[in-house]
Amino acid sequence: MKELVVISGKGGTGKTSIAASLIKLSGGVVSADCDVDAANLYLVVKHKVRRATPFRGGKKAVIDQALCTSCGKCAELCRFDAIDNIDNTFRIDKFACEGCGVCAYFCPERAITLLEEDGGEWFLSDTDSGPMVHARLTPGGENSGKLVTIVRNEAKRVAAGRGIGTVIVDGAPGIGCPVIASITGADAVLVVVEPTLSGMHDMKRAMELAGYFGVKIMLAVNRCDINEDIAAEIIEYAAGNGIHLAGRVRYDPDVTRAQINGMSVVEYSDGPAASDIRRLWKAVVDELDLEV
Amino acid sequence: MRIAFASGKGGTGKTTVAVNLAVSAVRVGLGTAYVDCDVEEPNGHIYLKPEKGLSLPVAVEVPEIDELLCTVCGECGKICEFHSIAVLGDRVMVFPELCHGCGGCFLVCPVDAMKRSNRPVGRVETGVSKIDPCGKDQTAPDGDGEISFVQGILKVKEAMPLPVIREVKKHIPDRDIVIVDCPPGNSCPMVESVRGADRVILVTEPTPFGLNDLEIALQTVREMNIPVDVILNRCDPDSRLPEEAFAGKGFEVIARIPESREIAEINSRGGLASIESPEFARTMDRLLEEILRTAGEAPR
Repeated sequence: MKELVVISGKGGTGKTSIAASLIKLSGGVVSADCDVDAANLYLVVKHKVRRATPFRGGKKAVIDQALCTSCGKCAELCRFDAIDNIDNTFRIDKFACEGCGVCAYFCPERAITLLEEDGGEWFLSDTDSGPMVHARLTPGGENSGKLVTIVRNEAKRVAAGRGIGTVIVDGAPGIGCPVIASITGADAVLVVVEPTLSGMHDMKRAMELAGYFGVKIMLAVNRCDINEDIAAEIIEYAAGNGIHLAGRVRYDPDVTRAQINGMSVVEYSDGPAASDIRRLWKAVVDELDLEV
Repeated sequence: MRIAFASGKGGTGKTTVAVNLAVSAVRVGLGTAYVDCDVEEPNGHIYLKPEKGLSLPVAVEVPEIDELLCTVCGECGKICEFHSIAVLGDRVMVFPELCHGCGGCFLVCPVDAMKRSNRPVGRVETGVSKIDPCGKDQTAPDGDGEISFVQGILKVKEAMPLPVIREVKKHIPDRDIVIVDCPPGNSCPMVESVRGADRVILVTEPTPFGLNDLEIALQTVREMNIPVDVILNRCDPDSRLPEEAFAGKGFEVIARIPESREIAEINSRGGLASIESPEFARTMDRLLEEILRTAGEAPR
């Protein structure tokens, strides 16, 4: 089984639009949306949810005001500035609390407990292009890396169970915990970049991360005609670092029109972006020797 | 006044609006700071090109076991909620990359075997961006043309941006207007970045992805009880969702920015559209006026 993860560093470069098209072109893979706090893949891949499973989120401290004597020990020990003292009433700021439990452990009145939060849920769905695993993190939630790991593991389990040889993962922007959880142990990443100085800056950090984890890196330059000079600089950078250029995709308003119609651009259009993505998919299949 | 620019979806134009609004603020003579809390992928520096000031390491205080003192009582493993300490038979192992730095293990160790060690996870940098906010042909009427600049940079390979974001916030200078550029998404890094802001402005684009992620972001910010407004970027009647899709959701659209190849080109090379394009400058000036006008309003 081979696992390809679409990442970018910078947000909004077209990860999901490209991933949805690759999934459609594959004919049948297992797909996974690992951008769990802003999941969008399900909006352009027609699906039917077969199973929803709750996700146990992080813990938060709660003070029982009936037991609290306002001694202030909790606020003194908290390293996350998560305990507010207003007129000698101590309250947890749940948006700052990391759930470490130090306050609960040391509260002399045992007035503080750690409670598990609703973390969201994850889904197993059917699509025309094979099973899809996706998730919804509770707004403002924690432990997105843990939920990403569940989604990826489930996708691989389903692929193994049904004898499907390829998993395509839509990743998150950035380089932090959800991205690390998405790429560790994967066979390859496809870095989708846009030809802007910001896009190139962020791409280099994403590539450094993938390189550190020993994951093969491929590159797709999206909206490549927005700035030809920077596109050329990006391609030169890739060549100089032994990174395979899988394709260039031209700017095309049909990408957004496809999204508005709830489908991938290769289903919606035969325009420049759709034909470029078809070529990109062939290059990815050849380079990774995918079974599709 | 601290204003946080967030979005849910990535790449909707948070940084574009944040840096160009900073230029508008300088243009009218406000003491202005730009603070980049997108520590995984900070981009504001590309546009504002600050002269570097301080560069300070950010570290998480993690434990190291003094094996000569450790009696393997297991108390440290019990208090650690992050699986960063494992007590295995006759020894204690620490996984520093999982440590949040809560300090619990130092407090519970009965024999003082937990030694404090600093694990670098990133940097905070300060500086000053010196710009001529009116471009070449004009002169700044009041502003000194200086934007105070602060950014955090997460070390590549580090999973946890929160310690860096918290440290960035400690270096926010006291200015008339503080513009905080937040990371995309709706999870803890976004929450920590907007926490403490007087107002949040969500920048989105009129697309299904933009609308979907906007609704999650709105829910997050409302739960935090911070007043919130919305900017629609890259509006284009021909290839975007109609404005009605955003109606009746209980927020105000305080600016609409049209789709423009010219602005995209200026942004792509790190230019400041608020200096190079008079039309974009007017949009940002109006946005600033709107922000200042409603600054005293009660939370919506």
